[in-house]
Amino acid sequence: MSDFYSILSQHSWDDIKESIYAKTLVDAKHALHKKEFRTLEDFKALISPAAESLLEEMAQVSRQLTLNRFGNTVQMYVPLYLSNECQNICTYCGFSLHNKIKRTTLTDAQIIKEAEVIKALGYDHVLLVTGEANKAVGVEYLQHSIRLLKPYFANISIEVQPLEQEEYELLIAEGLYAVLVYQETYHEEEYKTHHTKGRKSNYEYRIDTPERLGRAGIHKIGLGCLIGLEDWRTDSFYTAMHLDYLEKKYWQTRYSVSFPRLRPAEGILEPKSVMTDKQLVQLICAYRIFKEDIELSISTRENASFRNNIFRLGITSMSAGSKTNPGGYAVFPEKESLEQFEIDDKRSATEIAEMLKLNGYEAVWKDWDKSLMQPKFTSS
Amino acid sequence: MKASTLKIGDKIFQSRLFTGTGKFSNNDLMEKAIEISESELVTVALKRVNLDDKNDDIIKHLKHSRINLLPNTSGVRTAKEAVFAAQLAREALDTNWVKLEIHPDPRYLLPDPIETLKAAEELVKLGFVVLPYVNADPVLCKRLEEVGVAAVMPLGAAIGSNKGLKTVDMLQIIIEESNVPVVIDAGIGAPSHAAYAMELGADAVLVNTAIAVAKDPVAMAYAFKMAVEAGRLAYEAKLAPIKNKAEASSPLTAFLQ
Repeated sequence: MSDFYSILSQHSWDDIKESIYAKTLVDAKHALHKKEFRTLEDFKALISPAAESLLEEMAQVSRQLTLNRFGNTVQMYVPLYLSNECQNICTYCGFSLHNKIKRTTLTDAQIIKEAEVIKALGYDHVLLVTGEANKAVGVEYLQHSIRLLKPYFANISIEVQPLEQEEYELLIAEGLYAVLVYQETYHEEEYKTHHTKGRKSNYEYRIDTPERLGRAGIHKIGLGCLIGLEDWRTDSFYTAMHLDYLEKKYWQTRYSVSFPRLRPAEGILEPKSVMTDKQLVQLICAYRIFKEDIELSISTRENASFRNNIFRLGITSMSAGSKTNPGGYAVFPEKESLEQFEIDDKRSATEIAEMLKLNGYEAVWKDWDKSLMQPKFTSS
Repeated sequence: MKASTLKIGDKIFQSRLFTGTGKFSNNDLMEKAIEISESELVTVALKRVNLDDKNDDIIKHLKHSRINLLPNTSGVRTAKEAVFAAQLAREALDTNWVKLEIHPDPRYLLPDPIETLKAAEELVKLGFVVLPYVNADPVLCKRLEEVGVAAVMPLGAAIGSNKGLKTVDMLQIIIEESNVPVVIDAGIGAPSHAAYAMELGADAVLVNTAIAVAKDPVAMAYAFKMAVEAGRLAYEAKLAPIKNKAEASSPLTAFLQ
């Protein structure tokens, strides 16, 4: 049993939920204005319904903290979908096993074709995405893809099936920088109803994934839950608790958090818990105030007007011009039916960079260098 | 009236204000701020530069005869990574100067003293002019001096915190004991902090966030330039001692007159 899983088993979902909803305006004000570092109890207060009336004040504090730490910049990244083959059944995902969509996994030539187009858009940071299909897209395929892509990009991250520690070590040695692995929901029973078949149905293995990544010495871990599956406040609190735990244990790793809200996709369910734009802003500000240094990321799931404003309030990285189908940039640019979810903000990378510039922000395309990576713990 | 110049390695600096290139809203603004600051040593993160690209936008904006580049190794976690990165920077940016930054803790970006000392020793042997970023640890600064660094760069407070000289007591010991220039790096959030550092006898300061994140970075760069000059002149002019009470004469020894 992983350490965090055993910590989780000491908490009851209902008790935590109740304690968040019991926070008062006084608790929220205290959390917002205190001078010392903020605790998980402060985070609860900041995401509580009681803090909703403090949104403008929270935004002001969040903006200042973000500016100090990250300056007038937003990092740009783009997803590159390598495959939509998947053995899992996930109720919310377009790639789910039973969905009757055409399945494809990119070949070497196709990967390079995609890379060239993405590179020409200006990107230097790329996020490789796959479903979970261990035969078609196993660790060897990922290792091979990183090798193919390394000459094109300064920074390579993945969002794929959870792997073993040794497999992560192998990919890190190839130049893997970050792994994004969202728990989807921390509610164990609810998790099982959304992941009924496939390796992803193993809740404990998934929750243990950041731990394996930490042990493998990864540079960055991306956390998050899929907003809409369960009460977003409680799930976000668990995410924050996970983050806090990991930061102390794997202190050389940096962390990012994303806030995917359920989006329409082929054959998926309606959200159980709906989060408004205001609440998403509240959550983003709460994270920033809780952890000044954390990277907060927003994807093209969100609409243009929301994205035009949110980077000022705490977001530090954005994707743009994303395609969520394998081969979407160059190989099969017309086949939107293969996509994982429908994107909302369809503006190009150049348009987003221009929008940022008009607002006094610089789009940062390169903030890493291959030369900074050596296989782990080699200095001694 | 001008304060004395500063020598680090084989270079003479008129300006004792070193600057950085991060966090600006665009590179034009960065260039203007650095220009008005009269800074002659500008640090740039290796990770932000396209080393293969001779027309990299950041580097293009720093091509002034006055400006010396100081590549930094921000992002590395070990001595081995730092040495490798410094070699690449030397090749790509055509300078053997390096600001050695090894901060494995991504939250406070606090420097690792053990890895820093190891890397400094090796880089000096490889012919680099090494300026290590370190905590305000007087013994570590002496150890670094012994392995041949060109200057030491102790922090005033955590990078980007703008808190000022929180480590002032240790900084004073470092300044007193050092045989190499002491550049106070990190934490300087206001021109008054910079002036204070210079009055204490620091040889230079490095300022980035406080300029880049100011509402008007160009005006703030100018303010820092003046503060650093004022602080240094005050140091050289020898500050009058601080006293708790006004004293007109020497009450204890007057009888000797």
